[in-house]
Amino acid sequence: MSELHDCRNAFARTLEDIARGDPRVVALCNDSVSSAKLTHFAQVFPDRLFNVGIAEQNMVGMGAGMANGGKIPFIAAAACFLTGRALEQIKNDLAYTGTNVKLCGVSTGLAYGPLGGTHHSIEDIAWLRAIANMTIIVPADPVETEQAVRAVVDFVGPVYLRLSRMGVPVVHDADYRFEIGKAVRLRDGSDVTLVACGTLVPRALEAAAMLEAKGVQARVINMATVKPIDREAIIEAAVETCGIVTAEEHTIYGGFGSDVAEVVATTHPVPMRILGVPGVFAPTGSPEFLLEHFGLTPQGIRDAALELVESGGPQ
Amino acid sequence: MPSDSLALHKKAYEIRQRNLIMIYEAGGGHTGGDLSSADILAALYLNGVLNVDPQNPRAPDRDRFFLSKGHSSGLLYTTLAFAGFFPEEELATFMKPLSRLNGHPNVHVPGVEANTGALGHGLPMAVGTALAAKMDGVPWRTFVLAGDGELQEGSNWEAAMAAAQYRLGNLTLIIDRNRLQMVDRTERIIGLEPLADKWRAFGWTVREIDGHNHAEIMQTLSAIPFEDGKPNCVIAHTIKGEGVSFIEDRAGWHHRVPTEEELDAALEELRGAVR
Repeated sequence: MSELHDCRNAFARTLEDIARGDPRVVALCNDSVSSAKLTHFAQVFPDRLFNVGIAEQNMVGMGAGMANGGKIPFIAAAACFLTGRALEQIKNDLAYTGTNVKLCGVSTGLAYGPLGGTHHSIEDIAWLRAIANMTIIVPADPVETEQAVRAVVDFVGPVYLRLSRMGVPVVHDADYRFEIGKAVRLRDGSDVTLVACGTLVPRALEAAAMLEAKGVQARVINMATVKPIDREAIIEAAVETCGIVTAEEHTIYGGFGSDVAEVVATTHPVPMRILGVPGVFAPTGSPEFLLEHFGLTPQGIRDAALELVESGGPQ
Repeated sequence: MPSDSLALHKKAYEIRQRNLIMIYEAGGGHTGGDLSSADILAALYLNGVLNVDPQNPRAPDRDRFFLSKGHSSGLLYTTLAFAGFFPEEELATFMKPLSRLNGHPNVHVPGVEANTGALGHGLPMAVGTALAAKMDGVPWRTFVLAGDGELQEGSNWEAAMAAAQYRLGNLTLIIDRNRLQMVDRTERIIGLEPLADKWRAFGWTVREIDGHNHAEIMQTLSAIPFEDGKPNCVIAHTIKGEGVSFIEDRAGWHHRVPTEEELDAALEELRGAVR
């Protein structure tokens, strides 16, 4: 098994690197300095990291104000609290007002496993996807995380960066170039398409290898920008393959799969399977256990793809 | 009243008249709270308290003003028009289809810093601008006008703690203390008193003033910062609906629109007050 990486480290390392050259970059945390991996940033830039305490509404509002004052604030906090507690500030102070604030939700999805439903963040994509003028990026590995952090600094406007704490293998080459709004095809295939984001991308790749053993050629798309979604890549997959499986560490209601399905249903309808948390609060268990529990595994993705292939698709 | 205070008083009453006509024409708006804050906004924009330039409303070194009680957008738009940020004729489009002057402030209107209207948002953003200015060692200042009722929102108290922690002497919160929220007196719903003590306990310096007395408003706002390294809180005691006898201090006028007869009677009273 290849080495696993915590994308938060790539985030913190990159932010620190950017901050050295760009004095506008500041960081805000809700006592989440260590869980956002910003302890070292705080040592290097003690005057540019603000631990605003356990107060997410004020934290996001402050971020909007600091952006108004010329800063580029990165607000890094556990995704469940950042997006849930401060949702109205995200809507009004960031998206509607149009402030240049970068939200970094960490420990996303089921990453807090045994801590329970209060700490799972499986609604954040749905909530933020519904807000106009928001950009949502879910990197799959440390290479993409670094690229994404650099891209959002150059991008003017509010962004939500969704960073897990689960170990993930590297799926991109070192010369990979992430571009906001552009999906990347990690594997060619014309039988069926697997579209994933974040932690589910390596699992989709593993599923594709399993499908190949059964003589099925699966296309694998890493859709790191969930909003605005790369419609062309989805339409192409719908036209060229028999169906689409989506996989996300998130509820299937209103999330990433819904996003893909909206494009498919309104352009070139093909059968789909939407894998995610099926509208329930997750039980207790490690993240690995919970992903297994909900079928968010290479086997689960493979089986869903086989169903589509065996049903014959629209042809 | 000193002559400049008298001039400002007259200006505030002209704003009230134009504001009421605008609400009547739009068939919507927040009558009581607009009239209650008119003297404060006149002082901020028309007497040089705010260092802002209508010709360059996004100048980086401008003072920031957040209308946290965003429902008083009608008053803000009227004041901005009087201050030269956009032509007064545009006020006729208030809340009309596709007008940028919608029912709560938005940044497409020159001079507006943030899309407020959801309550309890102004102060956290103001803490952010004040902190940014402090980090950069620049002299521009931040002002927020909050309604008293909206202090029931917990976000204000999160921000209050942060402002004291970061020693933001460049931040001033003005509270329009008219003692009424939408349906009743604040103290009968979720009481705010002892309000000044609360802000003091949170680390702010507090001044209480008559929010309709221009000499007092100007004297207080020109004394900022009140104390080194402490955020400033001005509790402006006001009357919701100030200037129109049958609107004053009545919860029912929170967002009631005057009839034609009521508008005429109100304008008559307001004109009488500046004679």
